[in-house]
Amino acid sequence: MLRIELSHRFGDFALDVDITAGDGITMLFGPSGAGKSTIAKAVGGLLQTDQAYVQLGERVLADTSKLLWLKPHMRRIGYVFQEPRLFPHLSVRGNLLYGAGHDTDLARIADLLDIAPLLTRRPAGLSGGEAARVALGRALLSAPSLLILDEPLAALDARRKADILPYLERLRDHANVPMLYITHALDEVARLGSTLVLLQNGKVARSGSVKDVLSDPDAVPVLGPRMAGAMLEGHVVRHVDGLTELEVSGGLVWVPGTAGAVDTKIRLRVMAQDVIVGTQKPQGLSALNILPAKVVSLHRGDGPGALVVLQSGTDRLLARITQRSLDEMSLAPGDAVYGILKTVSVGPTDVFAGLD
Amino acid sequence: MINLPPEGWDALWLSLRVAGLSTLLSLPVALGVAVLLARGRFWGRGILNGLVHLPLVLPPVVTGYLLLIALGRTAPIGVFLEETFGLVLAFRWTGAVLAAAVMSFPLTVRAIWLALEAVEPGLEEAAATLGASPARVFATVTLPLIAPGVLAGAVIGFAKAMGEFGATITFVSNIPGETQTVPSAIYSFLQVPGGEATVWGLVALAVGVALGALLLAELLSRRVAARIAGRA
Repeated sequence: MLRIELSHRFGDFALDVDITAGDGITMLFGPSGAGKSTIAKAVGGLLQTDQAYVQLGERVLADTSKLLWLKPHMRRIGYVFQEPRLFPHLSVRGNLLYGAGHDTDLARIADLLDIAPLLTRRPAGLSGGEAARVALGRALLSAPSLLILDEPLAALDARRKADILPYLERLRDHANVPMLYITHALDEVARLGSTLVLLQNGKVARSGSVKDVLSDPDAVPVLGPRMAGAMLEGHVVRHVDGLTELEVSGGLVWVPGTAGAVDTKIRLRVMAQDVIVGTQKPQGLSALNILPAKVVSLHRGDGPGALVVLQSGTDRLLARITQRSLDEMSLAPGDAVYGILKTVSVGPTDVFAGLD
Repeated sequence: MINLPPEGWDALWLSLRVAGLSTLLSLPVALGVAVLLARGRFWGRGILNGLVHLPLVLPPVVTGYLLLIALGRTAPIGVFLEETFGLVLAFRWTGAVLAAAVMSFPLTVRAIWLALEAVEPGLEEAAATLGASPARVFATVTLPLIAPGVLAGAVIGFAKAMGEFGATITFVSNIPGETQTVPSAIYSFLQVPGGEATVWGLVALAVGVALGALLLAELLSRRVAARIAGRA
């Protein structure tokens, strides 16, 4: 378990947070200037904050009230930066083993990240995606008690990002290291995170499980109305005509493409603006995905929009509709409705479960 | 072949010895000072910086005279060195080594300093997060990356030491076979009627050594740079 209490001031920016992170991936999400990177650097020991208490498991890494501040090399925290930061004068193998001491885990990590064929190469000859994977492997091989990923995908283009994401999922599922993941991309949060800490202006605006926070209407102002939307978990039922049928708690959902083998666990991201609310089961509609649901609450915003929180099975959905429709439909909490999903994006959670 | 009187060959041999030894001895110190100046934030950093650069801005004769005052056989430090280590500097070839080292020191420090500033700090940070102590980070990341700069500093220091004249002649005079380096010898033979042939020989040798050192340095630094960049 990781406990982070920090307060720091520079210029007119004030950071003041108290975060407890468990196993899995804890996502620190927020706009730039929210203080995410300051937190990551302070936990890693790279930036000393005015006040700090950092405890990882039983070990206290920093306690400024007792003038304790462990140097980065004493913390056993792996750090993956936005840039790979590979040592140019060492081979890939030399880079991977730099913090390892011995090479007992080299083969396993190299396999996990598909970098075994690169071992004799030099960093200068690697593609951006390869270098990013080597950087991940290097941090893992230093046998850290915590892995900090400071916007590891922010410098990559969309294609390379899509290449690396599955590897991050492998690490989450198989590396057995808690991770602190800094990002300003919600798709990464929805796809990888277990816990989400929303940061705004140096403060924790919201925190909890990714699922709860993403479907929390109060978190929407921080996330931005366009990025609002729930995260559902389900599993693959079957593949038909290039589509995949998934079962979520509220019913069955079709998604395009082949998203993993039967029974594979899948995370679905359903954006609030892609959900239409109907009071009757719609007929003759091209949308495939209609889930029966119950209205939980209604939230009128400042603009023309409103948010409707729906309960579908054990999951929550967010729907963004206009206030005008809200009035015309005279929706009220408890009403039985249908959530019509226009599009659904999919991220497999453990497509790689068969690897070990 | 170049035809030189024995004093000429003595001078060349002495210059090579003096320059080689001064480079070898001053390089580790220059490395340490460059690291302090480039990375350190301590009281007196400005003073250290000024001291290191003083020989670059002072007239060489002044530097030589100051060395003589400080380290002459009657000066306290000179007496101490002679009594404790049996080391005499003034008017000895050992003093020529010191004069050459002092005069070339700022050039060597500057070359290494530049190389240090070019090292991406992120790499050292990354090494620390991988559990490397500051000493290990320096030995395994910083030093390999600045190797071309250290090499360049050594070469420019060696060249400066080969050519050093003013401080040397003031501190250790111009004694054939003891303190007469190539520049002092050229100066002496210029004073002697009919010495031009010897002067030309020495000039040719000086040019040859300087060019040779440059070529060697170029070759080495290319290889080192290629190794660092992962092209070899």
